[in-house]
Amino acid sequence: MSAQTKQFCTFFLEGHYFGVPVQQVQEVLRYQEMTEVPLVSSVVRGLINLRGQIITAVDLRRQLGMTDRPEKQKPMNVIMRTADGAFSLLVDEIGDVIEVEDNTFEPPPDTLQGMAKGMLRGVHKLPNRLLLILDSERTAKLSDAEA
Amino acid sequence: MMESNGDNQIVQEFLIESYENLDNLERELVTLESHPDDMKALASIFRMIHTIKGTCGFLGFGKLEKVAHVGESLLSRLRDGELKLTPEMTTALLKTADAIRQMLSSIEANGNEGERNDQELIATLTRMQYAKNVTPPNPPELPIAAGKPLDEGLLEPEVTPEDPARNATAYVEPASDHAVATSSIEPVAHPVAGKSQASESTIRVDVGLLDKLMNLVGELVLARNQILQFTNSLGHNGLLATGQRLNLITTELQEGVMKTRMQPIGNVWTKFPRTVRDVATHCGKLVRIEMEGRETELDKTIIEAIKDPLMHMVRNAVDHGVERPEARRAAGKAEEGRLLLRAYHEGGQVNIEISDDGAGIDCARLRAKAIKRGLITAEQAERMSDRESVNLIFHPGLSTAEQISNVSGRGVGMDVVRTNIEKIGGTVDVSSAPGLGTTVRMKIPLTLAIIPALIVTSARGRYAIPQVSLLELLRLKAGEASSKIEQVQGSHVYRLRGRLLPLVYLDRELKRCPEKDGAAGAHKAVNIVVLQADDRQFGLVVDEINDTEEIVVKPLGKQIKSVSTFAGATIMGDGKVALILDVLGLAQRAHVVGEVRERSAVEDADRAAKKEAEQARQTLLLIQEAHGERMAIPLSLIARLEEFNRDAVERAGGQEVVQYRGHILPLMRIAEYLGKHRNGSAVKSHAAATTTGSGSGTAGAEPEKLQVVVFRQGEKNVGLVVHRILDIVEEKIVLEHPSHDEGIHGSAVVQNKVTDLLDIEDLLQREMDEELVGAGDRR
Repeated sequence: MSAQTKQFCTFFLEGHYFGVPVQQVQEVLRYQEMTEVPLVSSVVRGLINLRGQIITAVDLRRQLGMTDRPEKQKPMNVIMRTADGAFSLLVDEIGDVIEVEDNTFEPPPDTLQGMAKGMLRGVHKLPNRLLLILDSERTAKLSDAEA
Repeated sequence: MMESNGDNQIVQEFLIESYENLDNLERELVTLESHPDDMKALASIFRMIHTIKGTCGFLGFGKLEKVAHVGESLLSRLRDGELKLTPEMTTALLKTADAIRQMLSSIEANGNEGERNDQELIATLTRMQYAKNVTPPNPPELPIAAGKPLDEGLLEPEVTPEDPARNATAYVEPASDHAVATSSIEPVAHPVAGKSQASESTIRVDVGLLDKLMNLVGELVLARNQILQFTNSLGHNGLLATGQRLNLITTELQEGVMKTRMQPIGNVWTKFPRTVRDVATHCGKLVRIEMEGRETELDKTIIEAIKDPLMHMVRNAVDHGVERPEARRAAGKAEEGRLLLRAYHEGGQVNIEISDDGAGIDCARLRAKAIKRGLITAEQAERMSDRESVNLIFHPGLSTAEQISNVSGRGVGMDVVRTNIEKIGGTVDVSSAPGLGTTVRMKIPLTLAIIPALIVTSARGRYAIPQVSLLELLRLKAGEASSKIEQVQGSHVYRLRGRLLPLVYLDRELKRCPEKDGAAGAHKAVNIVVLQADDRQFGLVVDEINDTEEIVVKPLGKQIKSVSTFAGATIMGDGKVALILDVLGLAQRAHVVGEVRERSAVEDADRAAKKEAEQARQTLLLIQEAHGERMAIPLSLIARLEEFNRDAVERAGGQEVVQYRGHILPLMRIAEYLGKHRNGSAVKSHAAATTTGSGSGTAGAEPEKLQVVVFRQGEKNVGLVVHRILDIVEEKIVLEHPSHDEGIHGSAVVQNKVTDLLDIEDLLQREMDEELVGAGDRR
């Protein structure tokens, strides 16, 4: 009898391995052209036309206080589904959908500083690396507060 | 409604129909109260309650049936003229409607009528019904005043007016007879019999379906825009023709689908007579509600959005606006207050006005209250105009009612109203005249979904500007810009037909290229979009003006919603996203219009101080006369600046005139005007000689073009011919030599030169006198 498991959609940011619950992900898209939005927080990189629906793209690197990705590296979109409509997280690279066991989970370390702390729900200890689990509600919200 | 079996569907239809009936019933009841003899209204009320009773009996809602039944019995006696409607009865009948409504919503939610006890209501209704069996010729007031002895002498005169009503009853009866006669035999048949002819040509459609259709049409419009772009670039003939057809069909489809969602505003207003009556009764006031333009149509979503704000304002008007009867009598007004709802189309928008003839808003008290609450400072209050003060009512936490009633006065109202109206792209404005009443005026867009918009480019970004706020487009040629765009204390202005138009640079407002300043852009042509925000105009400077397009408004994500500069976004023909500018938000950002709401007190005080400094200054038009004298005219008095060819000048009635906008514009010359009191009337013939072409007059060789400053007085225009227009300046004016001469206020130093300040009122007065004299001469 195996332990309870959860599925995560994973992606990479500055070499870190992140995951969001797969149920919250609507779809994953390659780089999309964006329309910049003046006057808002720099975390918002622009608006995407997703089959007639207008979606705000949030740069997760900026959101987590990381350095901007190099100019020529085009971000990918992880379209998240929330109660207030969809939004997109811009990430460096998309990983697999993986299944992890609940008992590998641990809350974020207390030493974690800065913006990332509020947005991490916790960490799954995988055999060879750590999977950082994002609180997707918070990632959508924080950008709002900052704007 | 949750399961879709046949029974449920019947119940669902019953609910919808009954809600409609109840709405109408309430309205008719209130009408009936003010016109007790309106037999048609009575008959229709009776029919409606009867239909409800019939159907719920059939569906097995016993409690509902019982309540409806006693209501119906009372109504039937009223209809037969055996009783006469009293306010108490109206109240009881309205309560019946309430009870029915509650049961209906309980049925909707739980499938049954709910636990309730309507014994009291039933008893009241029954008592009223049997309170006094007034036989037909008897007077009307009695049913309630049972027990009081009749005073024949007093009542006699009342019998006569009652008669026509009775006749009317008799006359109407056959019409409603059908409904009554069958009622006891076959109640089931009624819903069918009661349904109007309309049901055959109309069907009920789920709003969700309409919404979906609307969205699809929106997508179709976008696809159409894209296809049209391709066809135009490909230039294939067959494709072009097909594209045209697609274009037409899409437009028609869009209009059609839009129409399905249109509803007359009267649907919302239906509830108001009842509300007004309830509130008025509660406050001990007498209020009559009048409605104009109830057929004005609006999109359903907009109707939904304005429903609550409207209701709030109506309650407010009755509760705060209209005075008590005693106070009204003392003020010399009719005891009954009047509340007028008016709706009409204007310029692609719907205007809704709610006006009362009450006491108006006491600006002083409002200011005092605002100070007490710390919303504004005392100095600010002093500087506030009445118009500004009145708009304080939109400030959160401010209510003018002295006493907080359970109706309104908690101060959470008007700011919410304003927010809600602005959310859908509308505006609210209040004007009030002390003692005469208050008017709340709303401008609401017809629809939210698809709007015509102007597409502009600024700093490589594309933006859509809703066409409703668009006034005109201006283009200043390269090189022209630096001379035509002037600065007033650092802010740029452009003279648009003699009026200063404040300019707002879109790229700067959006912080797109902060390093670029006006000087760098001066070599390029300047595109100005003249916009209207509230009651101000301003020019928006953009890089490029592209085209007008029908755009589909899409909401913004919550991350961006807080930026008031954007109203939404849309998808352009090339599939890219463009932001829609919120003109009012932009104007507020650029400080073109005041924003009492969000300013902090400190900032406000700052601004007010600045404003005061500005107010002491005056904007003046500087002119120069032939001999080099400089004169100034306050810009506020000037209607327009015009240029006329000299040969356009004609003479009429011993005066120079030109034809101007289909009217005759009398011209005056400064020299002539001032000369008259300096040198007597001799100048006049002189001036005449000048214009007749000899060119040897005092003015010397006149230029081919005449510069004319046009003033407006009432319906009339007067033109003042000046030698040269120098400049428009904003200066603090200190009159150094108050003049005793007519025509001149005095002299002041403007731009380091002595300048005479012309007395324009005098000029206009003189023009009128002259006209009279001229008329006399001719006679």
